[in-house]
Amino acid sequence: MPNRFQEVFQEGLQHRNFIIGGTITSAFFLIALMSYVWTPHSIEDINIAVKFAKPSGDFWLGTDHFGRDIFSMLVVGARNSVIVAFVAIGIGAGLGVPLGLVAAAQRGWTDELIMRVNDFTFAFPALISAIMITAILGPGAVNSIIAIGIFNIPVFARIARGSALGIWEREFILAAKSAGKGQVRISLEHILPNILSILIVQATIQFALGILAEAGLSYLGLGTQPPAPSWGKMLKEAQTLIHMAPQLAIYPGLAIAMTVLGLNLFGDGLRDILDPKLRRSR
Amino acid sequence: MSLLEIENLSVSLPTPKGMLELISNVSFSMEAGARLGIVGESGCGKSLTALAMMGLLPDKAAARGAIRLNGENLLELDEKMMRSIRGNRIAMIFQEPMSALNPVKTIGSQISEGLKIHLGLNKTDAENKTKKLLDSVGLPLNRFPLNLHPHQLSGGQRQRVLIAIAVACEPDILIADEPTTALDVTVQEIILELINEITENSGMGLIMISHDLGVIAQTTEKVLVMYAGNAVESGSTEDVFQHMAHPYTHGLFAAMPKSGTRNYEARQRLYSIPGQVPEAHARPKGCNFAGRCFKATAECAVEEPVLKPLNGKHKVSCFHPLTEGNPQ
Amino acid sequence: MAITLLVATVVVFLVLEILPGDPASFMLGMEAQEDTLSALRAQMGLDQPALVRYFKWVLGLLSGDLGISYTYDVPVSELIIERIFVSLPLAILAIVLSTVIAIPLGVIAASRHNKSSDLIIMGFSQLGIAIPNFWFAMLLTIVFAVMLRWLPAGGFAGWDAGFFPALTSLLLPTVSLALPQSAILARVTRSAVLEVIQEDYIRTARAKGVSRGSALWNHALRNAMIPVVTIMGLQFSFLLAGTIIIENVFYLPGIGRLIFQAISQRDLIVVKDLVILLSAAVIIINFIVDVLYAVIDPRLRGSGHA
Ligand SMILES: Nc1ncnc2c1ncn2[C@@H]1O[C@H](COP(=O)(O)OP(=O)(O)O)[C@@H](O)[C@H]1O
Ligand SMILES: [Mg+2]
Repeated sequence: MPNRFQEVFQEGLQHRNFIIGGTITSAFFLIALMSYVWTPHSIEDINIAVKFAKPSGDFWLGTDHFGRDIFSMLVVGARNSVIVAFVAIGIGAGLGVPLGLVAAAQRGWTDELIMRVNDFTFAFPALISAIMITAILGPGAVNSIIAIGIFNIPVFARIARGSALGIWEREFILAAKSAGKGQVRISLEHILPNILSILIVQATIQFALGILAEAGLSYLGLGTQPPAPSWGKMLKEAQTLIHMAPQLAIYPGLAIAMTVLGLNLFGDGLRDILDPKLRRSR
Repeated sequence: MSLLEIENLSVSLPTPKGMLELISNVSFSMEAGARLGIVGESGCGKSLTALAMMGLLPDKAAARGAIRLNGENLLELDEKMMRSIRGNRIAMIFQEPMSALNPVKTIGSQISEGLKIHLGLNKTDAENKTKKLLDSVGLPLNRFPLNLHPHQLSGGQRQRVLIAIAVACEPDILIADEPTTALDVTVQEIILELINEITENSGMGLIMISHDLGVIAQTTEKVLVMYAGNAVESGSTEDVFQHMAHPYTHGLFAAMPKSGTRNYEARQRLYSIPGQVPEAHARPKGCNFAGRCFKATAECAVEEPVLKPLNGKHKVSCFHPLTEGNPQ
Repeated sequence: MAITLLVATVVVFLVLEILPGDPASFMLGMEAQEDTLSALRAQMGLDQPALVRYFKWVLGLLSGDLGISYTYDVPVSELIIERIFVSLPLAILAIVLSTVIAIPLGVIAASRHNKSSDLIIMGFSQLGIAIPNFWFAMLLTIVFAVMLRWLPAGGFAGWDAGFFPALTSLLLPTVSLALPQSAILARVTRSAVLEVIQEDYIRTARAKGVSRGSALWNHALRNAMIPVVTIMGLQFSFLLAGTIIIENVFYLPGIGRLIFQAISQRDLIVVKDLVILLSAAVIIINFIVDVLYAVIDPRLRGSGHA
């Protein structure tokens, strides 16, 4: 029975996504947490004597042009990425989901207005709004969080509205309505729990995008400012040394790519598990 | 040798419940220019039988038995050979005219495509032939230019285009799978007439698939009754309609609205066969119909009946046929 | 379209001219001399009410008068024209390259659904989505400029230096923009094609004797292009963002680098105009996408029959 085998095989593949992605993601979070209590070296240890050291038992991934331990910088950079992406999702979901719920509950012109503004924000390239914001507020981690968060709002609003509209048509909403519950209560008690799994999947995707965006902004010098290390900034510094020490460009990029890959795989796996209906259509 | 001979055709498909045999040991044959009906409730395997003849079963399907066209077993042909038969010697009209045409291509290009593939016509010749075809299916050129797109046509008009596509290369056999089911009642009759006319005029064989006995009566000479993937009765349309032998066929007739029972109440009282078609993974041992049959005995639940001649060409697979057949 | 652009001008004006309070002192910083400040205020017409300044600016935009850059001391329009000959070819090349790569890969993956070639293509696409384009750019630089020394690590030869030298300096930037984009596009193409090949009309085509491949390329692909074009439109704004970064990686004198430098130097006059220019580009692309919809799908063309 080759077909039965294939089905089991595919099922396994989908779980494999979840397992690999989940492992990478949790490793990433653990490392970020760990950086609060321990790093192999202090990232403020500048020691020109050991600059451009090769990987060794002491410096696991070698050192940079200031003799700082690259592994330690990556670990602290992970923390930085987590915070930026996490708060940006907080902003995006915190404002976007209520907007989407209101649009779905009210329909009519409220819906129309919210979605128009939404489309406008969405069409505006994220980096361009980020640039405008940093042009005024000045570069910095907080401002890049705001910029990425603003980009997240329409994403969450759109997905919340779209899935909420479907739930409003369901029978148990009718029951809740006839029990005299208002729109706000229905949205909070019935709609929100039902769209939560979709929102969580979207959040993992936005998390990955947030990490990429943060890296891009700090690469341009618009995000996290020195001396706080960030992966994007490490790449910026590596770029100026690309002829002398090309290896410096490898690790931070690998860290970004691995993390984003892990989050995306995790999100895919999560969607398969939370929402089996979507499985075949992918 | 008949034009088409189907011998012990079985089709299995992968489903969420595993590989299931959805068609079991179906046999029938058909002469050149003949008119055969396949009738049965929805889900009994009519479309799958047709797709098997077209070599268009889903990718992971397994078909056993033989489908012989002029003695050549189509199940043994490779894809390239099969392609030269599809649309050329066997053609098919599908149930859903609304979705069976490509929305982004003109009707002209969709009709002429087969002409170019099979007859090797150049652009001008294909265009001229296409114009003739459109005219012959009742879409005169002055109102229906070749550059129309499907969304500009009504359901009936689209079905006419699909008929033109199917008959373009004058196939030996035209399979029409519920060609009128999705259409308005008012156009159903007209489309059936058109199919009759076109096949009769050019001597094409017709396989008319329908759940509607009225359609079968109007278009066919011979009929095959299918139930849950089996052929349960076959014979001339006249014999089967006049002297139905299988309790299932009887049920189909009883469930058919008689002409004259136009009013709502009469339809409400219409007989329907009790129970449901057993799903392919839950088919009982013995006769598939036994659970719903008023004639069923202990024997029916144990042994599987086979299609046997009742009287001349009239065959039935039942231990307790309702009649001895047409006593001629 | 015009309305969206109008809204954009209002937003940009509010953010860049009203929010900072006194734009002139914002641009010049703390230690500015009073006379330079007042000179800049005069140049920017800050003595006039905001509404007047806004209308002057918008009218200027319409007539092509974009003001004088403070840091470069040349008309902004000149700066833009000079640099657009770098950015526009780069953007177009990147779109073309990513499309040329992504669509065949997506179709091939769909046609070999769940077979090994599909899994490999989708695996690469996962990687492509995860890799930031500027890191990819640096890797390409390391391999082709530092190690192999085949291509320049950065800079732009200028079109005056000849077509091919100029094109060569755009090669690595184009590839680093296009490949990550094509990873996403291939994915979208694949799922769109997978959806379309389930349609009844594909079966109709096959029933005519059309081969599997021809059904895929001639019947399915065009129908599948509608979601693909939508994503391409959305990707364009990512591409613009990408050019800003990539031009900085390769030191290309394009619009992206200009906007970046204008920000570092707080040249709000240039920033304001460039943000509007980029918004206009996004809006124009959305319009082109709408036109493409109608080209692809006759149902969206209006005009009916029968
Ligand atoms: N692609 C498929 N995969 C799995 N099961 C199928 C597929 N196509 C049809 N079937 C099943 O095969 C049976 C026969 O289907 P079909 O031939 O379409 O019936 P009919 O045309 O008589 O209504 C049904 O039970 C249907 O559910
Ligand atoms: Mg059917």
